[in-house]
Amino acid sequence: MKPLEDYLVVDFSQFLSAPSASLKLADLGARVIKIERPETGDICRHLYTSNVVLNGESTVFHAINRNKESLALDIKNDGDREKIWKLIEKADVVMHNFRPGVMERLGFDYESVKAKNPTVVYGEISGYGTEGPWKDLPGQDLLLQSLTGITWLNGNKNDGPVPMGLSIVDMLAGANLANGILACLLRKTLKNEGALVQVSMIESALDFQFEAITTFYKDGGQLQERTASNSAHAYLGAPYGIYQTQNGYLALAMGSIPVLGKLLSCEALLAYEQMAEAYDKRDEIKDILANHLKTQDTVYWLNILEPADIWCADVMDWERLFQHEAFKVLDMVQTVKMSDGFEYETTRSPIRLDGEVIKSAKGSPILGEDNAKIIKELYGKI
Amino acid sequence: MKPLEGLLVLEFAQFMAAPTAGLKLADLGARVIKIERPIKGEGGRQIAIKNLFVDGDSLVFHTINRNKESYAADLKNPEDLERVKKLIAHADVMTHNFRPGVMEKIGLDYEQAIKINPKLVYGIVTGYGNKGPWANKPGQDLLVQSLSGLTWLSGTSKSGPTPFGLATADMICGHHLTQGILAALIKRAKTQKSVLVEVSLLESILDLQFEVITSFLNDGNKLPQRGSEAGTAHAYLSAPYGIYKTKDAYLALAMGNLLFIGETLKIDFSAYQDKASWFTQRDEITQLLASRIQEESTSYWIDLLNSKGIWCSPIFNYQQFLNQEAYKVLGFDQELDLPTGEILKGTRSPIQINREKLYSRKAAPKAGAETELINQQFNLI
Repeated sequence: MKPLEDYLVVDFSQFLSAPSASLKLADLGARVIKIERPETGDICRHLYTSNVVLNGESTVFHAINRNKESLALDIKNDGDREKIWKLIEKADVVMHNFRPGVMERLGFDYESVKAKNPTVVYGEISGYGTEGPWKDLPGQDLLLQSLTGITWLNGNKNDGPVPMGLSIVDMLAGANLANGILACLLRKTLKNEGALVQVSMIESALDFQFEAITTFYKDGGQLQERTASNSAHAYLGAPYGIYQTQNGYLALAMGSIPVLGKLLSCEALLAYEQMAEAYDKRDEIKDILANHLKTQDTVYWLNILEPADIWCADVMDWERLFQHEAFKVLDMVQTVKMSDGFEYETTRSPIRLDGEVIKSAKGSPILGEDNAKIIKELYGKI
Repeated sequence: MKPLEGLLVLEFAQFMAAPTAGLKLADLGARVIKIERPIKGEGGRQIAIKNLFVDGDSLVFHTINRNKESYAADLKNPEDLERVKKLIAHADVMTHNFRPGVMEKIGLDYEQAIKINPKLVYGIVTGYGNKGPWANKPGQDLLVQSLSGLTWLSGTSKSGPTPFGLATADMICGHHLTQGILAALIKRAKTQKSVLVEVSLLESILDLQFEVITSFLNDGNKLPQRGSEAGTAHAYLSAPYGIYKTKDAYLALAMGNLLFIGETLKIDFSAYQDKASWFTQRDEITQLLASRIQEESTSYWIDLLNSKGIWCSPIFNYQQFLNQEAYKVLGFDQELDLPTGEILKGTRSPIQINREKLYSRKAAPKAGAETELINQQFNLI
């Protein structure tokens, strides 16, 4: 039995943030029904990345929305609205990621939903919260990274702002929403009490940087520099970073500099005896390391460092990783099937319960494919 | 009332991934007790960023472990272990991130723990799962990023592997542990039985890449191609997506209709009528954008682009951002009362429940700070 079996999630959300949360709920066993606009559906269906089309729609949509059902209804049409209400009355969770004020105008805001379903857990994601000067701005990932300081954490000192190359803020907001919804679903299960759960992308971006922001406050508002080269974390000392070798790259995490010097036969490192120097003189230490590590291949260094318990790793791409036994043993990839028979490969849920991986064979829904079934469930007829 | 009030969590975990899950549960109302080795406490107390320490423990430790209590126990000492077992009998959840085999030796692995408490939710964080050739490899954030393919998604095609500059695998894994634990508690409410929850840094950082890995798996295993120009922001998105240098600073441009953006910025994009070219010709389009955008200031472009509804923003650092009204209105700062009487300023939980922000002024505990109290409350001595 999956933990959320017999929970119903009615999901009005689009794109990535909240839909990534409902995917987590679906994989944990919940029944997730996407309410989509007829004809076009979730805009993400046609938001293409690298022009890859999969069975007529974007790969991204297929990745985010597997294991969900689709109910195509016009939220502004009276007949359709009645159906939505009937479904909401049965829902354990209702969620959306419209901009502030939109659900109020549409009449499906928390207060209205709660009036008909008092124990509902209602989750929403906004870009910038529900008040303040930015509340109506578009909650888009790159803009959030740019505004909140994330772009100054990656890359090297002279690179200018370097964004993280994934929609990280969307996914963090989705994770926070899933956490909040699950906490309130637990309370609902125990005490039959509903709740409103609100998350914003901006707070999610800040929470992600909680260490760095606390450091900024503690350190008298000093801006942090990335290292001149081999930077992997602006706030950490040498050797923390990725280094080029004769045939690839080597990642080095924490480690005493003189110990490294001895192991790598790099005499210049022996001079950095004081612990504090690893941070204070990190640019020059990294420079020495970078020049030295270029002289041999990755495996040569790993064979010296790993037996000595130095935290290091090869730097892989997906091609090499996916062929590695350590990846295969995770059983991380699953094949899912759509109702029209189309099959595609994607990753599974990252959570294992009672020693089992969680998989689900259901692919993403074709727009409105569950209309007849759901309406029959609601009304006993079509 | 916070949703998890009444829940007791024992955290045997150290460093970052599992303790961030403990923090989330604490902020949602759970009572979280760290079980730490006497005097020295957990290893994370000595791991510092920027060499910053507060009251003897690293500042990082303070950020991750606020709103928790600490119980000192030497798990190799039979008397201490007996007390900890008594405490486990009262707990709803316990978490740890020891390498495979360690808890078995102590006698607190899942099988033995549920003999003490058959309704326990037991959470484990590993680096790479519990089997296979990497099972005993150190589960450290940068190493996991490096092995997972993530480093080929940021930076330019010329810049080599570029990590995310925060402990991203740790933090994402902490989210997944939180979700697994909460779902397991829901299951337990129905079955009255224990649940084992396992997550790993590697599976979590792969999950973070689920969209782009799905593209890779279904597009003939084509590896990500980053843009060649500085500011390139997403290997899988077409121009103009990225950051551009202006006359005085920088400007971020999100996705949009390139032809309309060209018209607005006065760039001739007539050669790129075909939408597919926005991806295939991304580098040359980006060069055209970059050379035009550097001619004017950030505020000039923002005003112009906003007036046309084009998605853009300035690039802020912490000094600029944390002084914005839009930041202040969030009430995101969290003051913590240190035992020394000083106040440490940090940040609060990002979740609001019933329109309430979840604040807690409780600072991270010294190792063993609540040992006496807990001994009394649970009759452990």
